[in-house]
Amino acid sequence: MSAGTATAGKAARRRSARPGSLRLILNNTLATGGLVVLVLICLVAVAAPILPLPDPDVTAPASRLAPVFSAGHWLGTDHLGRDLLSRLIWGTRVSLAVGFFATLIAAIFGSLLGLTAGYAGGRWDNGIMRGIDLVMAFPYILLALAIVAVLGPGLLNALYAISLVNIPFFARNIRGITLGLSRREFVDAARLAGKSPVQVLFTELLPNVMPVIVITMSTTVGWMILETAGLSFLGLGAQPPQADLGSMLGEGRKLLFTAPHLSMIPGLMIFALVMSINLLGDGIRDVLDPRLRAGSLTRPVARTEVMREQPVPAQADGQAVLEVAGLRTEFHIGSSIYKAVGGVDLRLAEGECLGIVGESGSGKSVTALSVMGLVATPPGRITGGTAWLEGEDLFAASDERVRQLRGSAVAYIFQDPLSTLHPLFTVGDQLVEAIETHSDVPREMARKRAAELLALVRIPNPRQRLAAYPHELSGGMRQRVCIAMALANDARVLIADEPTTALDVTVQSQILVLMEELRRQRNAAILFITHDFGIVSAICDRVAVMYAGRVVETGRTEELLLNPRHPYTARLIDCVPVLGEPERRLEAIPGRPPVVNHLPEGCAFAERCPRSRLDCRQGEIDLVMTGAERGVRCLYPLAAGERA
Amino acid sequence: MVPYIAKRLLAAVPVLFGLTIIVFLIMAMIPGDPATAILGSYATPENVEKLNRALGLDKSLPQQYLIWLGNLLQGDLGRSYTLNRPVLDEVLERFSATLILAGAALLICSLAGLLAGIVSAVRQYGWADKIITVLVLVGISTPSFWLGLLLILIFSVSLRWLPVSGMYAIYGGGDLPDLLYHLTLPALTLSAVATGVIARLTRTAMLEVLRQDYIRTARAKGLKESRVIGKHAFKPALVNIVPVIGIQAGFVIGGAVYIETVFQWPGIGSMLVTAISTRDLLLVQGGVLVVAAAYVLFNLVADVVQTLLDPRLR
Amino acid sequence: MSGTMAADRLAEGQTLLEVEEVGRVFGGGRNLFGGHRRALHAVQSMSLEVRRGETLGVVGESGCGKSTLARLIVGLDLPSAGRIVFDGADLVEMARKDRRALSRRVQYVFQDPVASLNPRKTIREILEAPLKHLGRLDGAARERRLGELLQAVNLAPEFLERYPHEFSGGQAQRIGIARALAAEPELIVLDEPVSALDVSVQAQVLNLLEELKGRFGLTYIFISHDLSVVESVSDRVAVMYFGRLAELGPAQAVFSRPLHPYTRLLMQSVPAPGRHRLVAEDAAGELPDPYDPPPGCAFAARCPRQQERCLAERPRPDTATGQSAAHHAACHYPLPQA
Ligand SMILES: Nc1ncnc2c1ncn2[C@@H]1O[C@H](COP(=O)(O)OP(=O)(O)OP(=O)(O)O)[C@@H](O)[C@H]1O
Ligand code: SF4
Ligand code: SF4
Ligand SMILES: [Mg+2]
Repeated sequence: MSAGTATAGKAARRRSARPGSLRLILNNTLATGGLVVLVLICLVAVAAPILPLPDPDVTAPASRLAPVFSAGHWLGTDHLGRDLLSRLIWGTRVSLAVGFFATLIAAIFGSLLGLTAGYAGGRWDNGIMRGIDLVMAFPYILLALAIVAVLGPGLLNALYAISLVNIPFFARNIRGITLGLSRREFVDAARLAGKSPVQVLFTELLPNVMPVIVITMSTTVGWMILETAGLSFLGLGAQPPQADLGSMLGEGRKLLFTAPHLSMIPGLMIFALVMSINLLGDGIRDVLDPRLRAGSLTRPVARTEVMREQPVPAQADGQAVLEVAGLRTEFHIGSSIYKAVGGVDLRLAEGECLGIVGESGSGKSVTALSVMGLVATPPGRITGGTAWLEGEDLFAASDERVRQLRGSAVAYIFQDPLSTLHPLFTVGDQLVEAIETHSDVPREMARKRAAELLALVRIPNPRQRLAAYPHELSGGMRQRVCIAMALANDARVLIADEPTTALDVTVQSQILVLMEELRRQRNAAILFITHDFGIVSAICDRVAVMYAGRVVETGRTEELLLNPRHPYTARLIDCVPVLGEPERRLEAIPGRPPVVNHLPEGCAFAERCPRSRLDCRQGEIDLVMTGAERGVRCLYPLAAGERA
Repeated sequence: MVPYIAKRLLAAVPVLFGLTIIVFLIMAMIPGDPATAILGSYATPENVEKLNRALGLDKSLPQQYLIWLGNLLQGDLGRSYTLNRPVLDEVLERFSATLILAGAALLICSLAGLLAGIVSAVRQYGWADKIITVLVLVGISTPSFWLGLLLILIFSVSLRWLPVSGMYAIYGGGDLPDLLYHLTLPALTLSAVATGVIARLTRTAMLEVLRQDYIRTARAKGLKESRVIGKHAFKPALVNIVPVIGIQAGFVIGGAVYIETVFQWPGIGSMLVTAISTRDLLLVQGGVLVVAAAYVLFNLVADVVQTLLDPRLR
Repeated sequence: MSGTMAADRLAEGQTLLEVEEVGRVFGGGRNLFGGHRRALHAVQSMSLEVRRGETLGVVGESGCGKSTLARLIVGLDLPSAGRIVFDGADLVEMARKDRRALSRRVQYVFQDPVASLNPRKTIREILEAPLKHLGRLDGAARERRLGELLQAVNLAPEFLERYPHEFSGGQAQRIGIARALAAEPELIVLDEPVSALDVSVQAQVLNLLEELKGRFGLTYIFISHDLSVVESVSDRVAVMYFGRLAELGPAQAVFSRPLHPYTRLLMQSVPAPGRHRLVAEDAAGELPDPYDPPPGCAFAARCPRQQERCLAERPRPDTATGQSAAHHAACHYPLPQA
């Protein structure tokens, strides 16, 4: 297992290269700003007793309503002559403490309820959630008001009220997460490892829920401070002479026109405090939320960015409908560059079916998507090569031109029909839309066409099915709809990216037979992506095998399967069990494919190849064509009949 | 669809009952003698005696609740001792003023929030996105009661563009332009936070949707980008935003408490604050109940709208 | 006919697990307003037995109840009907009363190797859990056992301190297998153990499983939707359709002389390298509505051999028998045995 050890070693190095959470927060300027301001405010508030401040509650009627910057009172005095700066600092202390404790109480009780409901499920869940729903049926502040009305005004009561009304918020959030987690397989695994339900809850689930609790806390502290300040502002929180920022603001309001600084200054303080907390909270959320962390919540633009570094290669074959030459597509994520496709050449003649085979991550999908610029940008970009559609350079065409060709000249069929069909529109709407986008037909005609298309892909009762939503159809039916949609405009090229992988075998063979027939009828060229040599045999005329972003071998299907010349192709065929040959020993390929941001020099397969020699790991290895249609990218290819 | 709405309406009934129980229990929890608490410092012994009998305080708690509920169903929420008029009349009058204010604010925050969120998502990391992001953060970090005061200082005191307070001019007025004139500042103030929340959520929801496979399908079909965003991305995003607008309605109604106090808007919020400080608990009870019921109904509407948008929920 | 002889020899193996008329219904009952909630029969009247030392393959398409059956056997879920007997003891009873006793003897390997490892635990913590809670080893013995386990699944000892996200699917599945081995079980239920893996890695894991079975004298229930994989690992095979047993028998017999038309359809649907023609049903065959199952044979709507009787009367699992009594199918008009 030396290969395994080596890769794990790499993984460890990558891990240490990944910056820690605090570093990530500090990388975020806004969050850092928030952190600095918050720390400053907290320091001053904590230090209040030792700062040389006048007593905040001592009145001095003689010097009342002193303006800002008066001698001895930087921020002036209030209507009773109390020093505003001192009151501000002491008030901040109170507000901070109240906000913090309110959050803590709400977080603890809310999380406990949420964890219990989410994990115990059934009756517990029902009971707890009904209660929570009831509490949430009150407008938030209103409930707090009602509670204060009963308990009587006072800072502590305001704190209780605010934390109480926030408990449901936490409980709901945490319950959702817990519920999702407790359906995960690792929870079952822990049960099977002999852990009791309580152990599972606290040792398996809680560590995973913790980041969410922290996120929720950091995004609600600011809110809680605002709300307690609000109650004090209304005179229902802190009672004189004690002051928090809200009650200062409330008192100051009465003198809004004569001494605006009395209300403006505490308000500004609340704003600064809450803003800094929110900035920091957002920073924390961005770091802890894995979705945001990976930067995956970036919006892909309509077309893949093309930044070709090399000159565009010339077209080799005028006959081909679609020709891809020297295609390079990369993903730039952080500082690493994933060379998902590293120079791929493909040629597709009219009416031909070309299969692309390879393992996960070998760049099949990215190749297919690059053709019509459907790779997500950011982070993807096309950095080299070109795709000619009947002589037209697709990467040089205008956005509008590419849009017109999409779905009309080149149509796609994707893997999972449930996620690729729009869930909120009926099948009919989606088909009609595909038709109307590319031709000017009246709506009635388009609907008729749509029904015909459904009939073409053998969906029973096509007219009624137009009104069905995708979730109302079975997987096989959905994929038929996708195929119908791809056929809507007589595409010359169909690009099918593992169209049957998500389907059951019997349905898969229905779909394959259907595609085969339609191809013959319409003489459309198909680029068929799959990882299954069986499927290739069934429908592809020619096949290209991909490994680590490049084509390593290509040829006519029967010939390539019978006499694979690249060691990878040979080993790949040998490691799959074949129905009817149960006695065959499976020859596993040791190790695993390289990660495309760290491609080794020379042959990418060298590490796993039984025939590798020293020169395999040096320099560029070309795809050598040994016939019009046969090519292999290997220095020591297998002879006919030889085994790897 | 109709059966679904009927089912939802039916399901709201237990919630409304639950509300009455909670409100009743909160009031029953008042420490000390409820009659004295309700009547406050104005209480005379015979008044206390009368109220005790009226409230049926000699009966058991469930019995009391049933009597109270019976009265409630007949529209009898008791009399406010400070105003000396039936609670229901006062509450409904005040609530209509709040509805105008909150409705306007909700309209503003939904429209502005959606628009800002979409622009922000579509122009992700562009200058518009950055400006909106900062504005949103400022919006949700600003205490609304302070913002109100600030706006009064700027627009009413310094610039003299808009009135300081009230719902209608004291002399004359009373027509729609006058109402709008008075409504502008409070409605804007009240919508600030909710606009931020909705804008933020819309941005995330749009970004989330734009990564989905069906958006890639829409593009692979050759749809115009405007259609991809406006139809294929917006509708699913809206499915997630509608319930949040429902929740924001609660925050807007709650926030009205501050805004009505600041702008002296004669709504239910300012009524509640006064009632709490004068300990007119029957008035508090009635106010809370009516607002909560309205909120439940509003969320019901949000639910139904969401279901209309998403066939999978039916 | 050497296959049949081998199967007969196996038939003498002692029964380890017996599933008798087991069913599992989800939903159902009444709702708040007294209306009926719809019930989904995930598994119905399943009967089969597993013999010590064999590998029983279970095949079927998505939603046919394979995973539900697996969860019932390891006690993660309880049946709504029927009995499961493990080595003479009532397994359901054990699952209720003493989970740990059951988990010591029956273990499970999950489909999604990465999701089955808690992302916030190191491999050491993950593997120690069963040793701690199921085994009764002291610290030093536990440490030794950890080393043995990792070695058994071909992983380097330094992996112990790492977190799951640092592993590839194949490595994660080895950890999953090691966890299942930790309690020294007799029976391991493998629920689609290789379907989330890449083909080149799939073979590594299949070979490893084969080796471990011999080394530790294990019994496997191997669940998969992939016919070729099941054929290559199983001694006997159960074919499931729509929550019920369609066909059961020695692997060789089932794959070379299927009785049930569904089994044949499955086999014809599998594309194989070098085979050009695909056979598909004429109509767009579909599963029946699981909330409203047909009264007769569930496969009738798709079956080329269907006759009136098939619609009216549901065939029992042993309605048809093959050349040995161990090979039977739920079909009124089984395929002729060549
Ligand atoms: N949106 C993306 N962002 C970052 N990297 C990506 C993205 N899409 C693909 N990649 C990377 O590009 C490489 C090739 O991926 P691709 O999807 O083309 O593989 P594939 O051969 O289609 O695999 P599969 O069989 O799993 O579909 C992989 O290393 C993958 O991680
Ligand atoms: S080039 Fe060398 S290492 Fe690569 S496949 Fe050929 S023989 Fe193996
Ligand atoms: S019982 Fe009838 S319908 Fe069912 S599989 Fe057998 S022949 Fe076909
Ligand atoms: Mg792919």
